Amino acid sequence: MLALLTLTTLVVPVCNLLVPENSGLHISTYTMTLLGKYLCYALLAISVDLVWGYLGILSLGHGAFFALGGYAMGMYLMRQIGSRGMYGHPLLPDFMVFLNWQELPWFWHGFHWFWFAMLMVVLVPGLLALVFGWLAFRSRVTGVYLSIITQALTYALLLAFFRNEMGFGGNNGLTDFKDLLGFSLQSDATRAGLFIASALALGLGYLSCLYITRSRLGRLCTAIRDQEDRTRFIGYRVEHFKLWIFTFSAIMAGIAGALYFPQVGIINPGEFAPLASIEIVIWVAVGGRATLYGAAAGALMVNYAKSYLTGAMPDAWLFALGAMFVLVTLLLPRGVTGLLRKKEGN
Amino acid sequence: MSVLQSMRSFMRRDQVFEFLIPDTPPDLDLTHGVILYLEEISVSFDGFKAIDNLNLYIDDGELRCIIGPNGAGKTTMMDIITGKTRPDSGSAWFGQQINLLKMDEPEIAKAGIGRKFQKPTVFEHHAVIENLELAMAGDKGVWVTLNARLNGEQRDHIDEILHIIGLNQQAAQLAGSLSHGQKQWLEIGMLLMQNPKLLLVDEPAAGMTHQEMERTAELLTSLAGSHSVIVVEHDMDFVRSIAQKVTVLHQGSVLAEGTMDEVQNDQRVIEVYLGE
Repeated sequence: MLALLTLTTLVVPVCNLLVPENSGLHISTYTMTLLGKYLCYALLAISVDLVWGYLGILSLGHGAFFALGGYAMGMYLMRQIGSRGMYGHPLLPDFMVFLNWQELPWFWHGFHWFWFAMLMVVLVPGLLALVFGWLAFRSRVTGVYLSIITQALTYALLLAFFRNEMGFGGNNGLTDFKDLLGFSLQSDATRAGLFIASALALGLGYLSCLYITRSRLGRLCTAIRDQEDRTRFIGYRVEHFKLWIFTFSAIMAGIAGALYFPQVGIINPGEFAPLASIEIVIWVAVGGRATLYGAAAGALMVNYAKSYLTGAMPDAWLFALGAMFVLVTLLLPRGVTGLLRKKEGN
Repeated sequence: MSVLQSMRSFMRRDQVFEFLIPDTPPDLDLTHGVILYLEEISVSFDGFKAIDNLNLYIDDGELRCIIGPNGAGKTTMMDIITGKTRPDSGSAWFGQQINLLKMDEPEIAKAGIGRKFQKPTVFEHHAVIENLELAMAGDKGVWVTLNARLNGEQRDHIDEILHIIGLNQQAAQLAGSLSHGQKQWLEIGMLLMQNPKLLLVDEPAAGMTHQEMERTAELLTSLAGSHSVIVVEHDMDFVRSIAQKVTVLHQGSVLAEGTMDEVQNDQRVIEVYLGE
């Protein structure tokens, strides 16, 4: 998987920037951005696989961490617009001028520094996961109940972010991004840079998850998944392990979001929709749980199908998604990569 | 307490502040030769008294069998000792110093009480040797676990345990592929990896062939002496083959205690087991 990723990282930007447009090998900026988005999805899928496949926590709210990372990045990008907005206000983003706000809310301060925004990309999802996980795991909420409260979490955030008074742009969200670290987001070179950054993040995320799952900690995680009581009676504080892995996973999701939204150009509260989080789980199920690379492959496959189908037959997509989930659950409990591993085994 | 008094106690120079005293449980103190005290323990679930004024003392190095009809409170008693269930009243002490009722499961496990469940509970997707590695005594924090590697001494310890439970040949196999009896032994091996002083073994012979039962009996009797062992069992032949001392539980309290013969001839025990 790493070799494949390295290859894509090198080839795609080169084919986009250096190969002339009339050549058959040229990759359009549209395709490159699309691939970059897929890489972010793959990172997100790996973060879900870490908690679901290895630790047995079915999180139906990882979209929330993804979106929070995205909002932190979006706030930085909004501050970068400066006076180039529609209303030309030097300090306030357009939507605040529109709402007749006189000054910047306190939580928007600091986001004009890139480093501060990056810190928030990590801290906000991380802290939310820490607090949420501490409450949930300490009272030993498991299984379906935990899945339901993760859904409730993302739904609550959805409702909150829809409100204009929250100060995050209401249902329009954040958009009209101009530049990132002084580079125009519209230029091909910046897009290639974002693509490479996404690939690097995916590679690093994959490697660190690989390190975790192959350590004794990883073996303990699967032990907790299979026999939680036993691990407790041999002296492990299960709630601590769940909490830290869950938090790590949320941070990964946040980073994926921070890389995803500059490539898309808009972020709105719809990202918090419970359905979005469920879709992530479907990617992982389709690709194959507890493999990491399977989750990444699943994210690519399902999203390619989505891009294709929403173009070709927009009405059919949700049916196809549902059918895919049902079929995989019934016929391929170990996902598509499980099929390959089976062949290898024979 | 008056302000003056609290000021005085704050200024005392013969002792440190209370919050500075580490909250670790004291070492196991066996000066009186008794490792486990359960005194006047009662617990009820929705009005049903699962344990009713239970008194039980286990000596250091003893092998004790606990028998009793279904619903006598055997498993609930184990839940109380290991911290899974809190009793409504009573006290539970491990040695002279350690109050079990103030600790949770991982702390109790660390203090030296290992528990085998009724149904064999091993990590089926892990190799036998990994099961033992996970159970090994030591620091079980998150960061330590992430960076943990086995050293030579620890490998030897695992080999030794593998030998005791007779699974050297199966060390690399997945625990899920073991037979029922082997899983029971593996679970006992996992308890031993924790270096416990007290082993709670719930129905070790359930579902075993006669041969396996004999080996289990040998294993448990060999562990007694260096460990204290409490065995809960239904199979009377098995109990007869290992028992030094038997306790009969009935309706949540001790009905009779003594050697197997004494207990079997006790009129009350016969009534409970055979009906009126």
